[in-house]
Amino acid sequence: MEMKNAIELSHVTKRFGEVVANDDVNLTVREGEILSILGENGSGKTTLMNMLSGIYFPDEGSIKVKGQEVTITSPKDAFDLGIGMIHQHFKLIDVMTAAENIILGLEGKQILNMDKVKKQVQELTATYGFDLNPDQKIYDMSVSQKQTVEIIKVLYRGADILILDEPTAVLTPQEIDKLFAVLRNMRSAGKSIIIITHKLNEVMELSDRVAVLRKGKYIGTVETRTATIESLTEMMVGEKVSLDIDRSEPHDRHKRIEMRGITVRNAEGTKVIKEASFTSYSGEILGVAGISGNGQKELLEAIAGLQFIESGEILYYSPEGEVKKISDMKADEIRKLKISFSFVPEDRLGMGLVGDMDLTGNMMIRSYRNGHGFFADRKKPRKLAEKIVDQLEVSTPSVETAVRRLSGGNVQKVLVGREIASQPTVLMVAYPVRGLDINSSYTIYNLLNEQKEKGVSVICVGEDLDVLLDLCDRILVLSGGEVAGIVDARTTTKQELGLLMTGHKKSGKEKEVLS
Amino acid sequence: MNILMTFIQKAIAQGVAILFGATGETLTEKSGNLNLGIPGIMYMGGIAGLMGAFFYENHTTDPIPLAGMLISLLCTLVAASIGGLIYSFLTITLRANQNVVGLALTTFGVGFGNFFGGSISKLAGGVGQISVATTAKAYRASFPVLSKIPVLGQLLFTYGFLTYLSVIIAVIVTFMLLRTRVGLNLRAVGESPATADAAGIHVSLYKYVATVCGAAIAGLGGLYYVMEYLGGTWSNNSFGDRGWLAIALVILATWNPVHAIWGSLVFGGLYILDIYIPGLSRAGKELVKMLPYVVTIIVLIITSKRSKLENQPPASLGNSYFREER
Repeated sequence: MEMKNAIELSHVTKRFGEVVANDDVNLTVREGEILSILGENGSGKTTLMNMLSGIYFPDEGSIKVKGQEVTITSPKDAFDLGIGMIHQHFKLIDVMTAAENIILGLEGKQILNMDKVKKQVQELTATYGFDLNPDQKIYDMSVSQKQTVEIIKVLYRGADILILDEPTAVLTPQEIDKLFAVLRNMRSAGKSIIIITHKLNEVMELSDRVAVLRKGKYIGTVETRTATIESLTEMMVGEKVSLDIDRSEPHDRHKRIEMRGITVRNAEGTKVIKEASFTSYSGEILGVAGISGNGQKELLEAIAGLQFIESGEILYYSPEGEVKKISDMKADEIRKLKISFSFVPEDRLGMGLVGDMDLTGNMMIRSYRNGHGFFADRKKPRKLAEKIVDQLEVSTPSVETAVRRLSGGNVQKVLVGREIASQPTVLMVAYPVRGLDINSSYTIYNLLNEQKEKGVSVICVGEDLDVLLDLCDRILVLSGGEVAGIVDARTTTKQELGLLMTGHKKSGKEKEVLS
Repeated sequence: MNILMTFIQKAIAQGVAILFGATGETLTEKSGNLNLGIPGIMYMGGIAGLMGAFFYENHTTDPIPLAGMLISLLCTLVAASIGGLIYSFLTITLRANQNVVGLALTTFGVGFGNFFGGSISKLAGGVGQISVATTAKAYRASFPVLSKIPVLGQLLFTYGFLTYLSVIIAVIVTFMLLRTRVGLNLRAVGESPATADAAGIHVSLYKYVATVCGAAIAGLGGLYYVMEYLGGTWSNNSFGDRGWLAIALVILATWNPVHAIWGSLVFGGLYILDIYIPGLSRAGKELVKMLPYVVTIIVLIITSKRSKLENQPPASLGNSYFREER
């Protein structure tokens, strides 16, 4: 059977100032196939797709849709051509209902007839097996429900080419299975689906073909059944990478942090942590998993003294054998106990580093009190900065460069490097590899492992379950601010974690491992 | 009874200008533009309408009331729209800071009003000498029979047409925002321009149209003030802080012009309450004059405590939008 091309991109180039986001990219998408676009962060996947959906306009090159050469200058043009994009960060209006979001921007009678819209939406959900209440407001929805709204929004507009940007990043394993089933239904209905991802196992599971981008350049397209995870990684990174995390057995386990029935409320007065209890030990990595926004951030901040704790207590067991109650201490007092906290929010420079200061200056944020008398000591921080640049292979012109000008991966190395240099006994990291390329990610994993070897108690909030399973010794799962369970990372499965993440509590007593 | 009737009538008279301003500002804010230039735009609208009527009446021997009315109405709409257009160009196209542009526009508008007010006063022969009696009479004409009905007629039908227009526009704008496609799209622009853009809505166009229309509506508040309230004359700075009250009313009405209708009555009443409370000292009067702002603060506290998302300002209010920002 001859395959028709739904989309043909030839010689497409897009620049942002001096940065070339896409360089001479050629790509074809066939009708009725699922094509994965694989590439590391910053390889230009999203930019390329944004040109198809009319958000950006290519500087050079041509786009053909269903054999016709087209110019797409706005999202509306894209809809008219039957191209619909589901963005990674959902483009939905929180205060509106699902139905209102679905008809946003569409032409039609001025006076709205919402009943008719709802009926049409229900027909669509029935056809492809979705589950959605058109009257529900977006702010009341879970992440996966929001994604459903996005997909229906695109289908409602009659799209037959769907682009999904990292659709699984925020879903539980069960929700991913459901999504994949729906996508396969759509493929059978003759729709073309492009899925942007950097998760290799999903590529292997779902797609028919894989197109690989690296640093804005198009590397090639391969049939999925002829590819392996290793070969795809090599295409993606450009060199052979070992994807093994060297996990050692924990030794010298001693209690470090014990949390007892902690409850934390946020500014709006809702409980974000409910009666959470757990213990962390020296010489192990405790992973924290959960759907984003289920209290991971607050849990770490509660230990670091950045949250107001409503009830419960947190105890710290120092290596010398002292026991201190840290739940009523201020953040700087906790710092002195060598509990180190590095947080990588999406806005990387928000909490950990000061963007406009250079590397030395950022080191000084930790040590400015150590100077002699009136003057601050710049020499030691400078040495530390140089050491971090050297050991972690931070690519920067000098230690006098403003941190803001470094790439995300390098910023992250500087931050983690500084936190480790303060020789903590407890190291807490949140999303340590978000936005990093594979090589940098593995540098960070190795750093965490080194700290564990040194007897540090590492607590790591992560989003990629595969990585957590390979890296951690135990995994704590949060669901709605409650500890849904603590499991052994060596014996548990993704499915079990997924069930815990959606609030299926572990029956019986917490399974304590290795104790 | 009589004094209560007078109080309500005066409260309504005070409220109309504020209601126009609040409806215009709501429409503007729903597009994500926080136009703090509204007080200035109301000055501009007022003086432009007055000048139009003044030159018309001075250059014709026998001015027709309806013509004077239409000319002044047109002048107001044009002047206020230009104010809105300046704001839009600076904040939407050039992406200047909305607060700075708004405050500058208000300073400019007040000066514009006072400058031309002073100039035509001079032409008319001195301070307080401007009179566009014929046109003002047309604005002040009330329902001939209905207004004579005791109590109910006095309460409802003794005002000029702008009073009714302010209520009608408030209702229309609310209906437009909540029940029509344009309204849905406009709200989307104010909540999240990136989302609206991705949905194929022309963000800049919506922002421009909403801001310019909002300014035009607010300008009518200034026209109402000079024509119906003052009776077709000018006095420097006498419009006072009604423009700011209009912006406060937007918050009180939780971005819903229909709520602004009763809100304007409350504000109008509080604005003149000090005159109707006997035996107030000077200091007491000033304290009573604070009440509209106190009420706004209380409403702000209550709505933010209830934290219902629908009652919050549009999420991207005050931000400019640039599509290719990364």
